[in-house]
Amino acid sequence: MIPAISFRGVSRHFGTVRAVDGVDLDIAEGEFFAMLGPSGSGKTTCLRLVAGFETPTAGDIRLFGESVAGLPPYRRAVNTVFQDYALFPHLNVLDNVAYGLMIAGVPKPERRRRAEEALAMMALPGYGARRPSELSGGQRQRVALARALVNRPRVLLLDEPLGALDLKLREQMQDELKALQRRVGITFVFVTHDQGEALSMADRVAVFSDGRIQQVGTPSEVYLRPRTRFVADFVGSSNVLAPEVARAFGGQAAWSSLRPEALRVVAPEGAPVAGRVVAARYLGSATRLVVALPQGEVAVLVPGGQAVPETGAQVGLAWEAGALHAMEAA
Amino acid sequence: MRFERAPWWLKALAGGGLLFLHLPILLVFLYAFTTEDRSYVWPPPGLTLHWFARAWARPDIWEALWLSLRVALVATAVALVLGTLCAAAVARSRFFGREAVSLLVVLPIALPGIITGIALRSAFSLADIPFSFWTIVLGHATFCVVVVYNNAVARFRRVSGNLIEASMDLGATYGQTLRHVILPNIATALLAGGMLAFALSFDEVIVTTFTAGQQATLPIWMLEELVRPRERPVTNVVAMVVVLVTFLPILGAYHLTRGTDTVAGSGK
Amino acid sequence: MTVMADAGAPRPARSGVSDALWRHPRLMLVLLLAPPLLWLGIVYLGSLFALLAQSFFSIDEFSGVIDRTPTLKTYGELLRPANLDIIWRTVLMAALVTVASVTVAFPIAYYAARYARGRWKAVFYLGVMLPLWSSYLVKVYAWKLILAKEGIVGWGFEGLGLGWLLDAFLSVPGIGGNSLSVSPTGTFIVFVYVWLPYMILPIQAALERVPGSLVEASGDLGASPGQTFRHVLWPLALPGVVAGSIFTFSLTLGDYIIPQIVGTSARFIGLAVYQYQGTAGNVPLAAAFAVVPIVIMGIYLAVAKRMGAFDAL
Repeated sequence: MIPAISFRGVSRHFGTVRAVDGVDLDIAEGEFFAMLGPSGSGKTTCLRLVAGFETPTAGDIRLFGESVAGLPPYRRAVNTVFQDYALFPHLNVLDNVAYGLMIAGVPKPERRRRAEEALAMMALPGYGARRPSELSGGQRQRVALARALVNRPRVLLLDEPLGALDLKLREQMQDELKALQRRVGITFVFVTHDQGEALSMADRVAVFSDGRIQQVGTPSEVYLRPRTRFVADFVGSSNVLAPEVARAFGGQAAWSSLRPEALRVVAPEGAPVAGRVVAARYLGSATRLVVALPQGEVAVLVPGGQAVPETGAQVGLAWEAGALHAMEAA
Repeated sequence: MRFERAPWWLKALAGGGLLFLHLPILLVFLYAFTTEDRSYVWPPPGLTLHWFARAWARPDIWEALWLSLRVALVATAVALVLGTLCAAAVARSRFFGREAVSLLVVLPIALPGIITGIALRSAFSLADIPFSFWTIVLGHATFCVVVVYNNAVARFRRVSGNLIEASMDLGATYGQTLRHVILPNIATALLAGGMLAFALSFDEVIVTTFTAGQQATLPIWMLEELVRPRERPVTNVVAMVVVLVTFLPILGAYHLTRGTDTVAGSGK
Repeated sequence: MTVMADAGAPRPARSGVSDALWRHPRLMLVLLLAPPLLWLGIVYLGSLFALLAQSFFSIDEFSGVIDRTPTLKTYGELLRPANLDIIWRTVLMAALVTVASVTVAFPIAYYAARYARGRWKAVFYLGVMLPLWSSYLVKVYAWKLILAKEGIVGWGFEGLGLGWLLDAFLSVPGIGGNSLSVSPTGTFIVFVYVWLPYMILPIQAALERVPGSLVEASGDLGASPGQTFRHVLWPLALPGVVAGSIFTFSLTLGDYIIPQIVGTSARFIGLAVYQYQGTAGNVPLAAAFAVVPIVIMGIYLAVAKRMGAFDAL
């Protein structure tokens, strides 16, 4: 099957800054795809390359098999939901949503009807006459979604879609976005720096660092089997063990990842490794300990309801055989 | 928000300062009605509307007013185009020499008017250009650009670049984006800038003396009357009318830009 | 399958220009910048160069014909004591006017920035804006009325029985004259009045950025109001003061109308430029004179830029 979006050797350099540096990527049709990485890692630039707001310095980008080289944004069957929503302040909500249809020359009655339908789908019926400035952050985001989807794009691009919302709304919108994507059935590509968001919503995740893709995979692959130290650390703050430490832990002599929640606190006597608790942070559902071992410090997650050792106590640590994951690259 | 009270002496100084700024102008209004026609005697011995009729009947005043209005209109139109283009370039992109461009726009009002005036005059004389309506317009448009530019650049910065990208993302070409997104969003700033440019041109005298030759705009006419008074009370009447005529665009520009970060006065 | 947008209608046919602009972002920039830069470059910079060129010409003293061979002779003429006198007098006046403007402007700006709220804020804003934009000539003219011998100031002094005081003041050489309207004091007052709004606005803009809590913190730490002003407010307002002084200084250097209408026959740079190019017909000397304020303002702006004044403009 032809991928919805494909990157082949794509780079975007700004002077000496390599914002995107040799990216290869295929995103399938109908996929909910996340581009995850810290700020400045190149994920947003990749999104802008797809939308047509940037042009690659090298490489080829294809949408459904056809190269988009030389195609301006208004000739691409993709639409974007901007981080700050970019709603037109001089238009009311209905005219905002109908903007793309107006530009495309859709007759007025039809574009009204379709815009109202889109608003209804986003649970905003009857909001058409309001100004964007009269809406809450969550409502603005729904308008931005309606404005993009009403054009029936084949790919929807979302730039930090939940970044401007508060925590409670963010969790609710995660579920809604996922449901929306299933309903409309088109490809969603979203950019985020929040690994929790990426893991909970996406079918597949690409982890970016310094303009390059570190790993592409399903959330559980990326989480449980990180390919590089960066991925292990960035996705869920895993313990990254140097080769000699990994050996001491009974694994191969390779950079390895050991998740904090895979470690269990046991009695120091007879434990595979033992050390002293140097810090504890209460997280509500769990407590995060830092344990100083002869080989270095590791983080341990003690689930709620279990006994938490005092700071300063000597503890032993144990783990299941498969938990220690040797990574392919350093 | 604080609800502190200012010390009495600060209130007195600030209020006194505002009065100092306004009383002289109000005084001119009063003098327009005085019955005394030889000196500036205070208090006016009596009040009359006679001088308004006299001013109305003076063809030289009408000619000067008409010339001033035409110059201001054309200069404003040129300044609107040039100032908006320049603001769009400076606000929307970063390029080498951007600072130099903003400096170049500000220079005609940053340097004393007499420099602009004599510089233009030197150029006209070196290039053998005779004085005309257009030499006046040339000078006025040059220093009016900055007023439009300042108003437009502040608004362009507020209209985030995202709006333009959003419009193009939704299928609009540059032309459609200009018409449906950019112009509606900067219209009031342009109108305000245009009004201020008009007021600036209508009132300008220093540069104009060097570029007008034998023609008299209304300020030039007034300057003549100040240096060689013929009928003082008529000058008083014209002075009052000039103040009232320039107040209208200023108030209009203030209303158009109120509540935004565009400062109506920036640029003069 | 197509990658073209299928929102319901074909693309407009006339989008070729738009496509070209998207493919060449620099082209867009060039199109935007070309008209204003051509205008300002040719009309304005071209004129400034013409002016500069004129200052290197010379005038034949007997025939009055302008000799277009480059020479420094005119600049030599500029350095004659009488002309240096004019320059010195103008710079001194500009400096005094600037200091006086700061003194009068500061309380207004401070009150408007820190205490005025709501309706009063608008009153102060318009209260400064309207005089700023009202006719320059009318403002000068108003002072001619006020300062005239028979005008309101003289009437006031007489009414208070203080006519002798005004006469005594006017008899002081250097600052007095026949009446206030033909004295250097009169010139000074009108300069301060006419440029005052240019000083208020930047100071106010600078003070608006000083959080009120800073003043409170200073008082909380034991500073007297005077100390707070000297150590907190003044340093923070300084960029605004410098920005305002650029206007008052530059405008005073170049003005030739105020000393002509309210003043003595003593000449200032602006008046000298005006007279040399006009009645005297000595355009090279006028041009050389005009270069003086450019040089002074160049130095002034360089210093001001160092002090961060342009952020307050």
